[in-house]
This record gives sequence, C-alpha cells and structure tokens, in this order.
Amino acid sequence: MNDALDVALRLLIVFVVFLTFPLIIGQTEHKVMAHMQGRLGPMYAGGFHGWAQLVADGVKFAQKEDVVPAGADRRVFQLAPAVALLPYLLVLLAIPIGPGEGAVGQVVDAGVFFVLAVMGVGVLGSLMAGWASANKFSLLGGLRTAAQLLAYELPMLLTAASVAMAAGTVSLPGILDAFEWWWLPWQIVGAIVFFVAGLAELQRPPFDMPVADSEIIFGAYTEYTGLRFALFLLAEYAGIVVLCGLTTVLFLGGWHGPWGADGLGWVWTLLKTAVLAFVVIWLRVTYPRLREDQLQKLSWTLLVPLSLAQIALTGIVKVVIQ
Amino acid sequence: MPEPTVVDATVVDPTVVAADYFQSYSVVGLLAVVGVLFVAVAFGAGRLLRPVVPTPEKLLTYECGVDPVGEGWAHTQVRYYVYAFLYVIFAVDSIFLFPWATIFAAPGYGATTLVEMFIFLGFLAVGLLYAYKKGVLVWT
Repeated sequence: MNDALDVALRLLIVFVVFLTFPLIIGQTEHKVMAHMQGRLGPMYAGGFHGWAQLVADGVKFAQKEDVVPAGADRRVFQLAPAVALLPYLLVLLAIPIGPGEGAVGQVVDAGVFFVLAVMGVGVLGSLMAGWASANKFSLLGGLRTAAQLLAYELPMLLTAASVAMAAGTVSLPGILDAFEWWWLPWQIVGAIVFFVAGLAELQRPPFDMPVADSEIIFGAYTEYTGLRFALFLLAEYAGIVVLCGLTTVLFLGGWHGPWGADGLGWVWTLLKTAVLAFVVIWLRVTYPRLREDQLQKLSWTLLVPLSLAQIALTGIVKVVIQ
Repeated sequence: MPEPTVVDATVVDPTVVAADYFQSYSVVGLLAVVGVLFVAVAFGAGRLLRPVVPTPEKLLTYECGVDPVGEGWAHTQVRYYVYAFLYVIFAVDSIFLFPWATIFAAPGYGATTLVEMFIFLGFLAVGLLYAYKKGVLVWT
C-alpha cells in the first residue's frame, strides 16, 4: 500500500511539473521577448504583469471549434497532437533533480538510452499531422521536421554517448554520481553540440524552418485549431523543459553546485534548467531563421564531426587517467 | 535484451533479477496510462465545450486564404532521402557506442579497447567524408 502511494505521488508530481513548467517557460518567453524588443508584453490578464495570459489562452483554445479539413485522414489527424506531446511526459519521469531515490520520478537503468529513444518518438506526431492534413504546406513541413530530426538526432546521440563514456554508466543518476567539476571543460564541446542539436529537434528558432510562416504557413500544424493546436504548442514548451533538464543533468552537473550538494541539490538543478531555458528564449529573439539547406549542412558538416571529436577526446582522457 | 547488470553496475545491486529490472518500466507504463487519460479527458471535455458549426468553406484545405490549387497531394522533389540513408547508417552504428561506453575504461580493457573505438570512429568519419566528397551534403 505504501509503495502504491509512493508511486502515485511520484506520478502526480511528474504530471504537475509537466503541466506547469511549460507554462512558466511560455510566460517567461512572452515577457523576456517583449522586453528584449522594447515592448511590455502581456499586461492585463490576471492583473499583475499579465501572469494569467497563458491561462486565458488555454480557456480560449478550449472554446474554439475543432476543424478537421474535409480531405484529411480523420483519425490520424486527431491523434497526432497526443503522439507529439506524450513522449515528453515520459521523459520527465526519468530526469533526476536531486541526489538519491527521492528526487527522481523513477530511476530507469538505461536512462540516457531511454530518454533519447522516447524523445525521438515525438517527431512522429509532426509527421502524422503533416501527412494526414492533406495540405501541401503541411506535408512539406512534416517532411522538413523529419529531415531535421534525422540530421540532429545523430550529434545528440554521439555527445550523450560521450558523457556515458566519461561516467561509465548510462543511468542518469549514475552519471551525476560520477560527475566531477572538471567534466565541464572536458565535455564543453559536447554540451554545446547537444544543446544546439536539441534546439533543432524542438524546431525552436533559429531552427524553425519546418514551421516557417513566411514560406509554408505553419508547417505540419497549419490545419489545426483549438485544443489540438494548443497541445502541439504545449509539446514544444514541454520539449524545452526536457531539453534544458537533460543538458543540465548530462553536462552541467545537475544537482552539484559550488557549495556542495547537501539538501539544496534540487535548487541547483532547477536554476541551471531555468538559465538554459532563458538562453533558448534569448536565441529565439537574437538569430534569424536558417535556410533549409544551411540547416542540414550545419549538422552534417559541423556538429557530427565535432561530436566525433568529442568522443575521441573523452576516450583518450578517460583511458589516460585510469 | 542486454544484460541489465552490465548496463548499470554502479547503481543497482549486480544480482538484480529481471522482475526488479522491469519494475522501473512498469512505472513508465503507468505514467503512459496517465498521459493517455489526460489526452482523452482533454479531448472529451473539449468536445463538450466547443461549438460545432461546420461549413464547406471551413472544411476546405487552407492555403494562405485563397482557394486550394490542385489536389491535396502535390509533387515535390524529395531531397531528404539521402540524409535518411546516412542517418540510418550512422544511428545504427552509434547505438553500439552505448554498451561499449559503459565498460571501455573498466579494468582489463583500457588502451586496446580505445584503439578499437578509434577504428570504429574512423569508419564513421570516412563514411561522412565520402558522402561529403560525393556532394551529397550540398543542396542541389
């Protein structure tokens, strides 16, 4: 009974994090973008600096008519948002925020492996949406999404493998247990490659060619309205939470901080994740969109070779210090 | 199924049995059920909340506001298939890095295993170089 309660509580916490953190990041994005562009951003909803803007958006989305185009493949079209969203929920379960069994949803032995595999499923949602919409622009967007995942999944895998090599385990808490501060400079190239590749996988600017509004309307999500569209948006922001959390755990030492990990480990994890999320927003405001061919080229001719070099470096250092 | 004890010798007791090993995945399964329920409830509630007033114009395929041109399916040049091939080759290879990564520095492995990995990386690098030389990575 106690075990069942424990599991239920963990699932509840993960679920609540899954529903709130993306909204917090979304609201932060509204405000940070606004201030970077010399605007105020949302100011009315909720009274205090428009804090309830996204709640209001949610209410609006829930009341909008759900239009499924006549030519669309109905079932696939309707299921696509769920397929895009749910993988990120599962990934959140495996990300540790503090030391010990108590501060992680569930210790998954093959952590890194599990996390990367499940994250890759999300793209199926975009592909389904693109294909089932029976819309040229959606199809183009869906294909671009898939091509982008193909290009950027590889450097992500390779750099994650580099960390697994350094730690000698693929378990996420195991990696953090083995973490030393000098891993930061040692794995810095891998960290940047991983973060950039993750951004591209989430189709965040400057890698948002699949949803380029000036070319293909809104890519795979063009035909979506109301709640289903909201779920796609939620998937994007849940993806930011997951990516920043993973980068923190794999490369930035997670719960380790300058003054030790006693008691305050989870604060460090959340702080690092929040800073990375800020960087994600910052990049959106700063860089223009990459063209589709530039996008592919960046991955294959720069990120993949860099991650191979990082693996070589990790291997040599690891064997030398043994 | 790989040996669970090799994957994770540092965290779990080495004599872990399969039932314990898969217990963590049963929690993952439970969370998946929670997620599916969430989506089902959201869609169900949405059905109750939203208006349903379809008109032929609304159900028309959207193309920047003008009437759609031609069929729903259009010809496009698929430029991505070469990348897909490249990806399959590389990704399948890199999967093998993970089991290797967890043990390569363990006692009894060391330098020889590292050299083996460099040969492996060499293959990957040559493959990428070949693709580059062939002009595959340049948009045509």
